[in-house]
Amino acid sequence: MQTFLQQIINALSLGSIYALLALGYSMVYGIIKLINFAHGDIYMLGAFTAYFVINIWHFNFITALLAAMVISALSGVLIEYFAYRPLRKSPRIAVLITAIGVSFLLENGMSYLVGSNARSFPQVIAQVNYSMGGILISNIQILILGIALILMVLLQLIIKKTKMGRAMRAVSVDPDAAELVGINVNQTISFTFALGSALAGAAGILIGMYYNSIDPLMGMTPGIKAFVAAVLGGIGSVPGAAFGGFLIGILETLFQSVGLSAYKDAVVYLVLIIILLFLPAGIFGKNIKEKV
Amino acid sequence: MKANWKYILSWLIMIIAGFYLINILIMVGVIDSFIENMLVMIGINIILATGLNLIIGFSGQFSLGHAGFMAIGAYTTAIITQHFDSELGFIISLIVGIVLASIIALIVGTATFIRLKGDYLAIATLGVAEIIRNIINNLKITGGSAGMFNIPPLSSWPTVYIMVCLTTIVLLNFIRSRNGRAIKAVREDELAAEAMGINTTKWKVEAFILGGATAAIAGSMQAAYVQTISPSNFGIMESISILVIVVLGGVGSMTGTFLAAIVLGILDTVLQNFGALRMVIYAIALILIMLFKPSGLLGNWEFSFKKIIPTNKKERD
Repeated sequence: MQTFLQQIINALSLGSIYALLALGYSMVYGIIKLINFAHGDIYMLGAFTAYFVINIWHFNFITALLAAMVISALSGVLIEYFAYRPLRKSPRIAVLITAIGVSFLLENGMSYLVGSNARSFPQVIAQVNYSMGGILISNIQILILGIALILMVLLQLIIKKTKMGRAMRAVSVDPDAAELVGINVNQTISFTFALGSALAGAAGILIGMYYNSIDPLMGMTPGIKAFVAAVLGGIGSVPGAAFGGFLIGILETLFQSVGLSAYKDAVVYLVLIIILLFLPAGIFGKNIKEKV
Repeated sequence: MKANWKYILSWLIMIIAGFYLINILIMVGVIDSFIENMLVMIGINIILATGLNLIIGFSGQFSLGHAGFMAIGAYTTAIITQHFDSELGFIISLIVGIVLASIIALIVGTATFIRLKGDYLAIATLGVAEIIRNIINNLKITGGSAGMFNIPPLSSWPTVYIMVCLTTIVLLNFIRSRNGRAIKAVREDELAAEAMGINTTKWKVEAFILGGATAAIAGSMQAAYVQTISPSNFGIMESISILVIVVLGGVGSMTGTFLAAIVLGILDTVLQNFGALRMVIYAIALILIMLFKPSGLLGNWEFSFKKIIPTNKKERD
């Protein structure tokens, strides 16, 4: 029981990172129907931004978090403006290949600029372990879970309560109709990218503190896993993405704890394929039928 | 058939002339082992990219798992030729690799093509390739993450040259057959094709199997030529670099794929000293092509002797 609870604690920390990433995928896919392959690399950008502002300008945790979120949001908006917007009317495969290109560019550009070696992330908050009935919880784990939950609630408020959030929902249902009623579609899409990328940036600094190690290729696998999480929860749904993220985190940690850690990636992909085949709308998603 | 002998003969002459040209250039010393290595890599990339072009360009299904099939071919050859170190062993391993890849493509294809398309299909095939890689990474017989070394050097440039010609002939004939017209109809409009009585899933899966089988051939060639393989050779990056060749040349143009493989192969060799910058240039090229010329270098234009040599019908006119 003790080890089980311990694994659940670990799974929740990992799951909240996946959830933060999955939210970005889900929002972007919901609004322009694009799997933003570069999303995982924006998370890497966030981690590196935090690394540099902490090491060079000695930012504290909160300011570093904000810096990572701002830089990530900016790069998300720029990527959308330069790479995806000109292709808005092109076939979806063209946009998808561009997204792969952007992801490739960010990974290799970063490797070129800072080297491809892993770097140890500065300990901006000293790690303290609390023991409760034999279960170890570190302050970092509590911080990750807390910040992830706060950001998710904020996001849900923005989407449900603000004017911009309403515009986002309108554009994701029907961009043409949204434009007809006076919504600035381009601005709304930029805003969506900014929100999603800011969450990815936050996930980047949190994973840096959790694993103490960052490198230019760190976004690749978590990016795909977060996409699996978004699909699992139902793409376009915020609670779904959060739920999917936690579920993938738990699944991965469970496989690790029963000694099958070598196969944990394969299991995530297998879950993805099964979900895509049998429950393509995800757990919280709406099923849309193809019409002639 | 009678009207076609001219073109068949022209192609045959071109193939044989190409073979002797390379042979003479090697004997004279113009092609040293460095350039020969480049030519072999170009050949392997042509086999891979033409197979992927069949799937993406002609049947219109977006697969991101080509490296997985390549891994199957490479590891089959590596394992079998380590026990049967002979030409016969290589041929057996080639056939076993093709059969294995075809079976997996059949299973994956029938499972996914019925329900998925577009970007979901891309993610699913990517997942399949990663599962294959993950399994190879953990098996004892494949040497785990360290990979396999000292694979007998049973493939050389003539083998690769012959395989390039053979796979291209098979693929082009498939595209121009009744089956090929069926998959092109599926690509243009799946619903309309289905309404015309075309079994869309069947043809899509057939194109996928053929593409997977050619990828296995390329994998076998690579394993027997480079002599060392490891699971990291067959990751997402490999699938993407094959995709870059297809997209650069023109989705739906086999001539374009040949051209792009040659251009990128030369560029690769020239940029070898730049390390990480090479991949940056690759990425920027991919984005710029998509932004300014999404149809690739040649679009869907094909080289054909029919356009150069006038047909009898035209002469009569």
